[in-house]
Amino acid sequence: MLRGACRMLVLPAVLIAGTAAAAGPGPDQRALLEHYRRLAGVESFSPERGRTFFLAKHQGGKPETPSCTTCHTDDPRGPGRTRAGKPIEPMALSVNPRRYTDPKKVEKWFRRNCRSVLGRECTPREKGDFLAFMFSQ
Amino acid sequence: MVRTAVLLLLLATTLPATAGTAATGGEALYREECGACHLAYPPRFLPAESWRALMAGLADHFGEDASLAPATAAAIESYLVAHARTRRVRADRWPPLRISELRWFRHEHEEEVSPRAFRRAGTWANCGACHRDAERWRFDDD
Repeated sequence: MLRGACRMLVLPAVLIAGTAAAAGPGPDQRALLEHYRRLAGVESFSPERGRTFFLAKHQGGKPETPSCTTCHTDDPRGPGRTRAGKPIEPMALSVNPRRYTDPKKVEKWFRRNCRSVLGRECTPREKGDFLAFMFSQ
Repeated sequence: MVRTAVLLLLLATTLPATAGTAATGGEALYREECGACHLAYPPRFLPAESWRALMAGLADHFGEDASLAPATAAAIESYLVAHARTRRVRADRWPPLRISELRWFRHEHEEEVSPRAFRRAGTWANCGACHRDAERWRFDDD
């Protein structure tokens, strides 16, 4: 009950702050990036490498989905569209600050989409670079 | 600015409530997981055999990996099978894996949907392109 009440007070504040200042990643999102950083064993991630990965045509995946951009388009700030015609919310953190706050959800979509596009799971470094790119957008 | 803030406040107060109900029950899970990519099609459109076959093949679901955690998949499958079509249905193959393979579907759509309307929808999977109430499983608006 108390938690619910807190959430009701905190969430609007966060949302308003987020829209007003177009703030960078919040605590959950930073923690997620840190999680992948530890797994990858690197100093930091590269948004530039993330961009290249996002835009690339990959080999080894399913022929219907050669690239992230097949569904997300090459503009992370705009909406995407699934192959079955449903809209996908923008990937860029600046326009969609509620993304990347649930680690389980993030892992689920990385698992599925990496298998679809690359035919394998993504490495922690690929995931981190991808997130760094989306956080920079 | 004030209007945006009020809107966001409203959104924020209603969101946790909807998230709470969405997490329970087979239909809610089905709509959340399967409905993320395509219309959560009415279970009554396909026989149980079809739903079982589809749920067994999620790793290659029409050209995408749509795999789910085993417990989630099991709950969704039970829901779909329990609400599946029980009356006989004619299809091009058995079990049918696409609703658009059902004879009645083809009969209803093929003459009525213009090439232009189909191009706009992109795929037979995109019911909502023409049926405005598709999410509520109402398709009688044509």
